[in-house]
Amino acid sequence: MQVNLKIFRYNPEVDATFHYETYTLESDETDRILDLLEHVKGYHDGTLSFRRSCAHGICGSDAMRINGKNALACKTLVRDVGDHITVEPLLGLKVQKDLIVDMEPFFDNYKKVLPYFINDSPLPADGRERLQSPEERARFDDTTKCILCAACTTSCPSFWAHDDYLGPAALVTAHRFIYDSRDEAAAERMHIVSETSGLARCHTIFNCTMACPRDIQITKAIGELKMTSLTGKLD
Amino acid sequence: MANVHQFEVVVVGAGGAGLMAALYASRGAKTAVISKLYPTRSHTGTAQGGISAALGNYEEDKPEWHTYDTVKGSDYLGDQDAIEFMCEEAIEAVIELEHMGLPFDRTPEGRIAQRPFGGHTNNETGKPVRRAAHAADRTGHMILQTLYQQCLKNKVNFFDEFQILDFLVTDGKTAGVVAVELATGELHTFHAKAVIFATGGHGRIFEVTSNCYAYTGDGLAVLLRQGIPLEDMEFFQFHPTGIFKLGILITEGVRGEGGVLINGVGDRFMTKYAPSVKDLASRDVVSRAIYTEIREGRGVNGKNYIHLDVRPESVNKYAAIDGRTNLDGSAYTITGTQLLAKLPDIIDFCRVYLGVDPVTQMMPIQPTAHYSMGGIPTNKFGEVVIDSNNTPFPGLYAAGECACVSVHGANRLGTNSLLDLVVFGKHAGLKAAEFAQQADYQKLPSNPEAGALFQVEALRTGSGQENAFEINAEMKTIMFDDVGVYRTEKGMKEALEKVWALQERFKHVKVTDTGKIFNTELLSAWELGNMLEVAEVITESALNRQESRGGHSREDYPQRDDKNWLKHTLAWKKDGKVVIDYKPVTITKYQPKARVY
Ligand SMILES: Cc1cc2nc3c(=O)[nH]c(=O)nc-3n(C[C@H](O)[C@H](O)[C@H](O)COP(=O)(O)OP(=O)(O)OC[C@H]3O[C@@H](n4cnc5c(N)ncnc54)[C@H](O)[C@@H]3O)c2cc1C
Ligand code: SF4
Ligand code: FES
Repeated sequence: MQVNLKIFRYNPEVDATFHYETYTLESDETDRILDLLEHVKGYHDGTLSFRRSCAHGICGSDAMRINGKNALACKTLVRDVGDHITVEPLLGLKVQKDLIVDMEPFFDNYKKVLPYFINDSPLPADGRERLQSPEERARFDDTTKCILCAACTTSCPSFWAHDDYLGPAALVTAHRFIYDSRDEAAAERMHIVSETSGLARCHTIFNCTMACPRDIQITKAIGELKMTSLTGKLD
Repeated sequence: MANVHQFEVVVVGAGGAGLMAALYASRGAKTAVISKLYPTRSHTGTAQGGISAALGNYEEDKPEWHTYDTVKGSDYLGDQDAIEFMCEEAIEAVIELEHMGLPFDRTPEGRIAQRPFGGHTNNETGKPVRRAAHAADRTGHMILQTLYQQCLKNKVNFFDEFQILDFLVTDGKTAGVVAVELATGELHTFHAKAVIFATGGHGRIFEVTSNCYAYTGDGLAVLLRQGIPLEDMEFFQFHPTGIFKLGILITEGVRGEGGVLINGVGDRFMTKYAPSVKDLASRDVVSRAIYTEIREGRGVNGKNYIHLDVRPESVNKYAAIDGRTNLDGSAYTITGTQLLAKLPDIIDFCRVYLGVDPVTQMMPIQPTAHYSMGGIPTNKFGEVVIDSNNTPFPGLYAAGECACVSVHGANRLGTNSLLDLVVFGKHAGLKAAEFAQQADYQKLPSNPEAGALFQVEALRTGSGQENAFEINAEMKTIMFDDVGVYRTEKGMKEALEKVWALQERFKHVKVTDTGKIFNTELLSAWELGNMLEVAEVITESALNRQESRGGHSREDYPQRDDKNWLKHTLAWKKDGKVVIDYKPVTITKYQPKARVY
């Protein structure tokens, strides 16, 4: 089948402002949007720039707007979006070139929520693993799936409006540790996410949940954090 | 020479091996990590099934069994001292990951959950043993996240989206690396006492592969250009179960949970090829079985794929036939809901890319280029050793898939790579820091960027008669067809001629993007040059080895030949030609014998 692929283009070294470029391509309905971008880069315009690595939805490199919705280019097939396809960079982060945005502010937010396991208590005397029941493990399973693709955060109107908002992805990471029965820094993290730039900026718009390529129930996770912040209880 | 940085230890690569190395090196030396991808984008994140260790959390298991299984899996080409070391360190390594917070799945008692994997057995009964510690089917993702997080906690220095182009040597010793910063196109010189390469694999030279776009063999090519040899490059693993055409991996864990391989006429054919462990035989064995079935006309619908069946009714049927039981002795069964909980990502891949639901339908699969057993020669401390006498190169270390210790020999067992990353990543980090504490910085070459600039200039000033993408596509087809699962002298000779021709054509590639900011065209072209180098070394090494062993399967020499070939290949690139030498295999306890599953 033939598809019409319209791509946002911007090269700060030559362009005063962005423009769109349209390519007509032969494709299969099972082609990934990433395959189409690769084809354009290989045979039409080598300067087209985007990030990618794993090509199967696991590394989080190629989140972008496809027909207006945030998605991974490698996890979206032509049959999912039809033969008129528009591809644009994520919103709310500075465009560095074509589909590449500046990820630093996103990772800075991630780093704010103490995104690492903290437990300074003595290790088990038998030298083995800390114990955790399957139920305790299940408590935070969903939020361990995050690949830091930024699809959620950059779909959030509250993030667009407030530079300082931690954003859903950072809250997902906070959730992953706060509800881990082995971690000991829940209180510190709750303090961080309860500041004005945190939970209060979430207005339950659900865009993040819709955008997440890992199907993480983000709004639910944020809801749980809000509940803990109100009640002080972790369960 | 605007941008010069000085670090005692520089780690190139931020996957499992690089991050583990960085964690340990940074405790004893000023350390930086350079990575062309954001660390969390590294390929370690895609590893699915598990990491092996004889924890014995369900049933009896011991490091000696793990050692023997690995030796046997390697088709006796693995160095037994290193294998023993790795399998003994395994328990501590996996426990350490748990202590770092890694969310492993749990047993009812709250211990780390484990599943069976190909080639891992109870040595007394010969039956599969539960040795692969896992976090659903995203074990690698959790390892990568956990190690990155610990590096942040320990304030390791990161240079994200910096791609190294050159390795600097002064008087035969390590002096540093040169990297390009992707966002600006600026070159940076990293002056270092020790450099640890952890740049991953190169499966992108093959048409059908489970490997990411970044797997272009950069580290190998960079070192080859500086006169460092590569070891056992002919041994490349083809994983039996890749999604048809796409190559996306379907973990062996699917068969661990009871999935079976079914050919076009509905037979579970592995009973023929590996009567004892059947679908859980070693990967090389299963991949060859699939090829044979397809060649003999038993592919599905006459095409070159077969089915992987994990539908609960099939799993339960074959588990009953095999007499598989749960630990309490009851018959092993599985439900669709349990499958979803154990293999969520696999089910998602099939639904997204194939429109197939594994709970109710069979998955079309074919062998996919997966893992390089060969690589930069090291000893068990991660020190790069550059000749038949294992002489270390001062200040140079390697770990992970880019390295060849060799613990995987001619064929790697599933879950042993993640183990390799954490064990040898750690030791490379420790050794590099120890070295840095007693060594001085070497003088930088007077113009350290010259080598990198030269390579970049060549790509900017080519005649433009050739298209890099076409060369890339041709290389992949040649390598997959003629240097793939089955090999012959005739096929490989032709392949070699073609690879040389592609190398010639590559000189006429011209990068059209003249900018500096994220010049991904330039870097992709540079990567293609690396892949062509690596493809040449693989083909020459494979052509040279006149026997079949593990992942190297020659139709013209179908037998393993211990008399002539129980030795490692070392390949150098000298004056534009591949030169080959050998070094002995270290054998401690296990004398080679026939390998039967
Ligand atoms: C789909 C899949 C599933 C797998 N499942 C399992 C499993 O269940 N169990 C198991 O044991 N193994 C598994 N493996 C194998 C295992 O995951 C890999 O071998 C291993 O993760 C490689 O880790 P690494 O640290 O060596 O490299 P990587 O994690 O790939 O890291 C390489 C790093 O090098 C950097 N780099 C590369 N070139 C440059 C350059 N020029 N300049 C700067 N940086 C550079 C990259 O940015 C990256 O950070 C699987 C592999 C695949 C592909
Ligand atoms: S929560 Fe989902 S959308 Fe957000 S960064 Fe993580 S994986 Fe991406
Ligand atoms: S390329 Fe890895 S998520 Fe798309």
